[in-house]
Amino acid sequence: MGAVASLSLLQTHGLTRRYGGLTAVDNVDFALPEGQVHALIGPNGAGKSTFVGMVSGRIEASEGRVEFEGRDVTGLPTHKRIRAGMAYTFQITSIYARLSLFDNVALAMGNRNRDAATEALARVGLDDRADQIAGDLSYGHQRLLEIAMGVAQAPRLLILDEPTQGLAESEIEGFNAIINALRGQTTILLIEHNMNVVMALADAITVLDQGAVLATGAPEAIRADAAVQAAYLGSG
Amino acid sequence: MSAAQKSLALHLGLIGGLFALAFILPTYHHGNFARIMVLATYAIGYNVLFGYTGLLSLGHAMFFAAGMYGMGLAMQYGGVPALPALFLGIIAATILAAVVAVLALRTIGVAFMIVTLMFAQTGFLTILYFGEWTRGDEGFVLQQKVRQIAGLDLSDPMTRYLAAWVLFSVALLATARMMHVAFGGVLVAIRENEERTRMLGYNVFAHKFAAVVISGAIAGAAGAAYGLLFGYVGATFASVQYSIFPLLWVLLGGAGTTIGPFIGALFMFYLIDYSSGLTSAYMLIAGVALVLLTLFARAGIAGEIKRRWAPWLP
Repeated sequence: MGAVASLSLLQTHGLTRRYGGLTAVDNVDFALPEGQVHALIGPNGAGKSTFVGMVSGRIEASEGRVEFEGRDVTGLPTHKRIRAGMAYTFQITSIYARLSLFDNVALAMGNRNRDAATEALARVGLDDRADQIAGDLSYGHQRLLEIAMGVAQAPRLLILDEPTQGLAESEIEGFNAIINALRGQTTILLIEHNMNVVMALADAITVLDQGAVLATGAPEAIRADAAVQAAYLGSG
Repeated sequence: MSAAQKSLALHLGLIGGLFALAFILPTYHHGNFARIMVLATYAIGYNVLFGYTGLLSLGHAMFFAAGMYGMGLAMQYGGVPALPALFLGIIAATILAAVVAVLALRTIGVAFMIVTLMFAQTGFLTILYFGEWTRGDEGFVLQQKVRQIAGLDLSDPMTRYLAAWVLFSVALLATARMMHVAFGGVLVAIRENEERTRMLGYNVFAHKFAAVVISGAIAGAAGAAYGLLFGYVGATFASVQYSIFPLLWVLLGGAGTTIGPFIGALFMFYLIDYSSGLTSAYMLIAGVALVLLTLFARAGIAGEIKRRWAPWLP
């Protein structure tokens, strides 16, 4: 596995999370090559958020290992993994609602450089609102702010947990453009329900079902996969 | 003027005004203000933890008392001169804060309040238990002849006022500076959204720990100074009401503002002082005022000014 390992930014080996008798994530081996936009899909309760939670350190793994940049980070607390180059945006918008957009981005960057903050906000088209209070933004704009915060961290790996949830069609187009602009600079792991977004953005797809990897491959192959169709039709 | 310049002007203006008052105030208020400045310093320390970091402690009297007893016992039984004793008091409070932080920060929210309350009660009972040295509720008096720093008699009203003024000024400027640099921003971030802050790569525990220690050290400095300036050390200062006072001052003055602790301490001191001149049921008047403020100025006095008129207020 040596040659493959050296190309992977992120790897998991036998990653497992149990809650009592329930196995939310079951022995997942996963490899994410540097520079890829990788979508993680699957029905509700498939273990997608738990999986990325273990990758980022929010959730402790019951078994298995996480390797980031070839280094075992399984035992590292969250903040050290983030410092090592991961960024994570929450499924349920998590911003500093009572602080300004500038403050939000400044905290993400770790400094209060006005120009850099404006640039980060410009990526999502919010640069003219830097001094507004984040909680006053519309829902869609709050989601964009959270993405801007993730990008402002200049991560090696950007984990987006259902970023388009609740966005309008026009806003989704904007989101796609943001991700395309990041393509090649940042490796992206995207949890997404909207298959149009997945097909438009992903270089590769992994399907989780009942905590286990059902299939992984190029978008066309996944679309044609019978087992995937079965899982999504609810017979699995 | 930028927001930073305005806030500097505000702080220096307040400090300058208090300095001028030293030479203007009539005797009675002169004494009150010396006391208020020391108590406001206590509130500034409390505000670091409650106002900025969002951790509600119900046990800060233990830090105030650790400073007071650290200073007082060293002077009374160790024969330590006033200035080194003052620092011993601060060190005692700092160490206590570090120990309490390690244990209490394992909890959050209501549990944190209860754990800090319990630690403070333990501290209070410990002081009573060792009554042979601490003199318990009765307390002990520090003789005028030992309350001297560099030949200055701290029992002299003007010296005492200026000593309290120095203490308050240092605490105010230090916390204002702290909130201006990145560290203070992270404390606010923890208050606003702890999980997000952790997921931005900040060590939340380390920041909270530092906040408890800084808060405890300032409270301890206030306690040591209080004992030294007013010449009395007693267990009352470790009791639960001295844990509640800074909470009230900060809530009234404006949690999470630099000048709120002073405004709150000043307001409450004179509210009680004035109403006790009118009736023996003065706590009733104080209570009504508190209820009115929480109904109509929920962010406290400085907090309300900040919200309505001066968003730059630090």
